[in-house]
Amino acid sequence: MNFSDTDERPLFQQVADQIEDLILTGAVAENKQVPSTTEISTTYRINPATVLKGMNQLVAKGYLEKRRGVGMFVTPGSKQRLTEERRQLLLTDQITKLIAEAKNLGITKAQLSAMIESNFS
Amino acid sequence: MNLTKRYKRKTALDAITLTLHPETIYALLGNNGAGKSTLLNIINNRIFASEGTVNLNGQPLMNNSAALRHLYMMSEDNMFPANMKVREIFTLSDAAYGDFDWDLANQLIEDFELPVTISFKKLSTGYRTIAKLVAALCVNVDYIFLDEPVLGLDANHRDMFYQRLMETYTARPRCFVISTHLIEEITSLVEQVILIEKGHILTQTDAETLTHAGHAISGERGTVDAFAASNHLEILGERTLSGHKTLYVSGPLPRTIPESLRVEALGMQDYFIHLTQHHSALGRPPATSAATATSSTHGKVTR
Repeated sequence: MNFSDTDERPLFQQVADQIEDLILTGAVAENKQVPSTTEISTTYRINPATVLKGMNQLVAKGYLEKRRGVGMFVTPGSKQRLTEERRQLLLTDQITKLIAEAKNLGITKAQLSAMIESNFS
Repeated sequence: MNLTKRYKRKTALDAITLTLHPETIYALLGNNGAGKSTLLNIINNRIFASEGTVNLNGQPLMNNSAALRHLYMMSEDNMFPANMKVREIFTLSDAAYGDFDWDLANQLIEDFELPVTISFKKLSTGYRTIAKLVAALCVNVDYIFLDEPVLGLDANHRDMFYQRLMETYTARPRCFVISTHLIEEITSLVEQVILIEKGHILTQTDAETLTHAGHAISGERGTVDAFAASNHLEILGERTLSGHKTLYVSGPLPRTIPESLRVEALGMQDYFIHLTQHHSALGRPPATSAATATSSTHGKVTR
């Protein structure tokens, strides 16, 4: 994990995104406990209210569940759902940006397609 | 509280109204001479306001030792007898406030390799700060005011302090007010920010809002200017290099931004720098300028 205050994303969003990464990469498996608010707060010197806000966002999206007195756990099916969410983000948001930037630089559709073709194999 | 402090030639604080909430970490930011230390000294009964009062749960704090027991201030002033040995300072703090956190104190002494058997006056600037920090973090007090808490500390010691601060805060939440010039280092630690300039509160808001309150927009000069003009952006400053221009702006940006422009969040420190430079260039009191959204700041020190 690494956090930046000049990132366009608010700090709590960076916390949420990086916990998502832990789930996506399998660093924390489903039904396993994610690091506590206190652990993240003290390890990365982040105000616990900010960390909690990030955690709560993942609870609201159903990726984490709170087990009273124990901590936050990855809900079953989270990895699959997160993968799907990130796929959508890549296919809509990021590809659109890539194409716009390519157009700005005068890269043709054929050139971009050829680049994707050769890198995919 | 609603405070004014006048000196013979200068009004150091001009009708400042502020509420501090319990269990919240605040950054108190301002350039030299803005009134940070004056404000903290008045709250802590070290100097007196020309007008106004500071209350804790409705009780005036001035010369009220029972209420002042809930406040602790660490500052550059040395409040301990110079000949006192470092460990005796902690014993004294324990006696004065009770329930001193000796576990944390011993941990900090070890972390910083603080010599405790020599007298306070023999410590270097950095170690004096460390000794004062140990006392401040270990006293059992609900409102802790840290005026320049990292003075003379090297980068590693500062980082260690920030870590221990987060640990003790999560273990026992209390109100911390941190006045510092090293803004970048405390951005992620604090929840609220109080920005003061020339004796006025410029803004009080959450750290997140301030971190994203300003942006740097750069690109070809004409494109940048046209974008700023058509969107009525509040410009804090600009830098031009040949045909390339960077504008520092305050306030929200439109949803769509031309692809050819580069936009970056300023972060808290750079926003602070550009905002205060802007005011200084205007030469007018900050109270008349539109800063970021100001949250409600009324009443007293509550808890």
